[in-house]
Parts: sequence; structure tokens; C-alpha cells
Amino acid sequence: MAPTLCFNCKTERAVIIRPKNRHKLCRECFIKVFETEVHETITNAKLFYPGERIAIGASGGKDSTVLAAVLKTLNERYNYGLELSLLSIDEGIRGYRDDSLETVKRNAVQYDMPLKIVGYGELYGWTMDQVVEQVGKKGNCTYCGVFRRQALDRGAAMLEIQHVVTGHNADDVAETVMMNLLRGDLPRLSRGTSIVTESKASDTKRSKPLKYAYEKEIVLYAHHRRLDYFSTECIYSPEAFRGSARTLIKDLEKIRPSSILDIVKSGEDMAVLVPGNTVPGGKSCKSSAAADDEAGGCGSQNGRSSGGEMAAMEQQLAANDTAESRETEIKMPKKGSDTKKIKTQTLQYCEQCGYISSQRICKACTLLDGLNRNRPKTAIEIGLEDEEGSSTLARQMEHIQLTNS
Amino acid sequence: MSDPANGGAAPIPITVEFTGGLEILFANERNHKISLPGRLDDGSNPNISYLLHYLVDNLMKDQRKELFIMEDNVRPGILVLINDADWELEGEEKYELQAGDNIVFVSTLHGG
Repeated sequence: MAPTLCFNCKTERAVIIRPKNRHKLCRECFIKVFETEVHETITNAKLFYPGERIAIGASGGKDSTVLAAVLKTLNERYNYGLELSLLSIDEGIRGYRDDSLETVKRNAVQYDMPLKIVGYGELYGWTMDQVVEQVGKKGNCTYCGVFRRQALDRGAAMLEIQHVVTGHNADDVAETVMMNLLRGDLPRLSRGTSIVTESKASDTKRSKPLKYAYEKEIVLYAHHRRLDYFSTECIYSPEAFRGSARTLIKDLEKIRPSSILDIVKSGEDMAVLVPGNTVPGGKSCKSSAAADDEAGGCGSQNGRSSGGEMAAMEQQLAANDTAESRETEIKMPKKGSDTKKIKTQTLQYCEQCGYISSQRICKACTLLDGLNRNRPKTAIEIGLEDEEGSSTLARQMEHIQLTNS
Repeated sequence: MSDPANGGAAPIPITVEFTGGLEILFANERNHKISLPGRLDDGSNPNISYLLHYLVDNLMKDQRKELFIMEDNVRPGILVLINDADWELEGEEKYELQAGDNIVFVSTLHGG
């Protein structure tokens, strides 16, 4: 069979069919086009300013490795004037993160970027191995998600950097759209689609420059540039491999590759329609949980099911708060009375750790309290399987936040 | 497609590579050198479909066949590269293997 020639240069052998438009490209043209499109995403959204210091949330996986490689390339090619650093979280999971951290360390050398690793052990006094030993495998993703979000912020703060970029790709965003659609959670759907999330609850801005990049092209970009990345599954979340939203997205892609960007587009359009303040509690939810969806980087989950984890966490926090065993000043609202009243969130500093929080005690400290009191088994009975009930309970949680503010 | 110089029946040596997390299913070995029969019992030449069955029957150590093959084809989310080109450019599962071919299976389904 005569080789198909590149659609672009018409001379080299095509090795890629682009999912978004079926263009057949050679290696060189593909790499160039991929980079140019990320550049366009960055310039259209005005993501960076000259001289800005950026921390790349790096897990050693394909997405963050490609992000680091592309940002380095673009920064040099287009003179962004960015100061790039790698920021990695060590959850303290032996046999999982230690291997991928080795990859990040090699990346730091390959890309000539400083690397900062912050560990759960040093930040919280608990590694995930220890957390799992205490709470079991079910529901531990909740801890990991809450801890990671804060850890990224704290890591960025240590570096005195106010902008963290993450490797979320178009497939991730499409998946978030689908999951929140299926869950009926439009506020979260809206947050998940925006390229930049800035939250009053955090000094740190988050953005996803690869938002429009197909996972398939990310993998192929890594392959054709022979990037050094690490693939693994978190040993504590065996379910992740079979996320039903993922499977749906991949099946759709197989039939109609443009589906993924179409879902992203639909998500963006729906996000515009999300009324920030007509939904009871919607506004409060928006400001308090704005960073929740950015808890990615969790191995195979990598933000893909963070909504579920966060919902589960909220569910569990709600359970904590209602549990009489907890010392708490929170009063449950009377049904139907306070719910229509929208109060803006007052942000404060966590009384325990000083971290910016929408609550008197931040979520990480609440979870740590539970761990330190050695009583988590009663509170944590929520696994990823229980997601169906999450929206209802998440709404209850909003009410609690409202009265507490 | 088969090279007549091979006599059609000479074994076909190829290399197979599993990356992106797929190597877990194949005893954590990334690179495999295998040799396929030059001609199959039904007189046809081995193609990618045949290779998939061959890999599952001979190379795959993990029992979870469905993580690699679904509905008799490669599971969606796993990319196949034939000599570095997307297999869609080469005829997908109908591509007939040639001596010295390099077939790469890359999973996009795993995280970091």
C-alpha cells in the first residue's frame, strides 16, 4: 500500500488522523499543529502575562508531562516570558507515587525546570498509606482529593506562585460534563468547563491549557516526541479503570471522533445558562466549592471523577456535621424556610491551620480531626458507588454552609 | 499484501510494544519479539485481527481479557500504531503483517 501523504506538507508520510477533523498529518506537522493549537488556546483565553510565574501540577503522567513539554516549547517559541516550575504532590502511596515521582524528577532535568514536591506526610502528618490503614480503601479518595487541592495551593504558596496549570484534557472535560449532566449538577458542570478557575477560597488561580486537546493526541504527541512519562493506576482506586462516563466518551469517540469537542462545547454553552443565583444555594456553592473540581492529578482519576469524590466528601462532611458526636455549632436549617435566602459566603481563615476557608474549620482539618480522633470508620462509609445520592446530600450540605456563614 | 519473496509460508517476525499502562497486562514487559506463521490454516495471511487473538492466547498474563479486547476488536481508548502510523491509515484490523513490522499498543486510559 502506498503511504498516505501528509495533508499539510504533502511530502511526508502521514502517521496521524486527527480526531477533530480527520486530517492526516505527518509526525512533524502534527507536533507543530498540536503546539500551535495550545498556543491559540492560551492566547485566546489570555491565560498568562509576561513574566508570570507558573507552577505546573506534575504527576509524571502523560497529561502533565505533555503540558510541561508544550509550555516549555511555546514559552521559548513565542517569548511568553514565563517562569515555569514543576509542582508535585507526594500522597505517600508506596509502589505508586514513588515511581511516578522519579519520572517527575527526570522531567525536571529534561525540561530544566525547578521541582517542588510537597508531601501529605509533612503537610498533614498522614500519608495516604496511613489514611488507608485507618479508614480502609473505601472512601479514601475523598481524603486524597481534599488534601491534594490544599497541597497544590500550599505548594504554590511555598514557591510564591499564584497560578497553577493542570493537565486536564478535552476528554476529561467531556467526562466531567457527562457526569454532572447525569447527576443533574449544573453548577459543577459549569465550573468544570471553564478554562480558568479562580476562587475566593484560594489565592491560587488554576487553569487548564490542554482543555481542547484530545487525550488521543496527547498520547500521540508524547509518543512521537518520545517523552518520558509514567502510566499507572492508583493502587487504592481499582474502580477508576472502569469509569462509566469514560467508557461512554471513548465509545462515542470511536463512532464519531468529534463528539468529545462537541460535548465540551455543549458544556460551555450550558454553563452560560447556569443561573448563578436563581438556584437556591447555587451562589454559595459556587464560591465555596470552586476549587473542588480542580483536585485532579489523582492517578487514573486525574480529575475525571473528582466531582464524585467531592460530592462524596460533601456527603460525608454532611454526615459528620449532623452526627451528634461532633462538637459543632452548626445548626441545620428548617426545611423550606432558609433555603431560598441566598447569602454570600464570608471567607475566613481556618481556626486550626490558618488556611483560607469558607468554614470555621477547613475541610482538610475536619477530615484530619476525624483521623486524629480515631473515629473515621463510622463516618466514612461512602464509596464511589454511592454517587447516586450525592446531589441530594450535596444540597443538604449547601444548606449547612449557608447557615454557618 | 504478503511478500511473494517470503514464499508466503515463511514465519513473520515482528515486534510488539505495549505502553501507556497496557504492559501491566503483559507481565510488565513492554517489548515483545514474536514470530507469526506465514500462512494460516485457512490459507489467509495473518492480519491484526489474528495478532490480537495471538497476543491474548500466547502473551497476555492477565486474565482480564476485556481490558484489551472488546467485541473482538481493540478496546476503545487503546491506540494501535503500525510502524508508528495510526492503524486507521493502514486498514485497521485487516492490515496484513509484514516481516519486521513494529506494532505498538498504547493505552490512553491510564493516568499518572
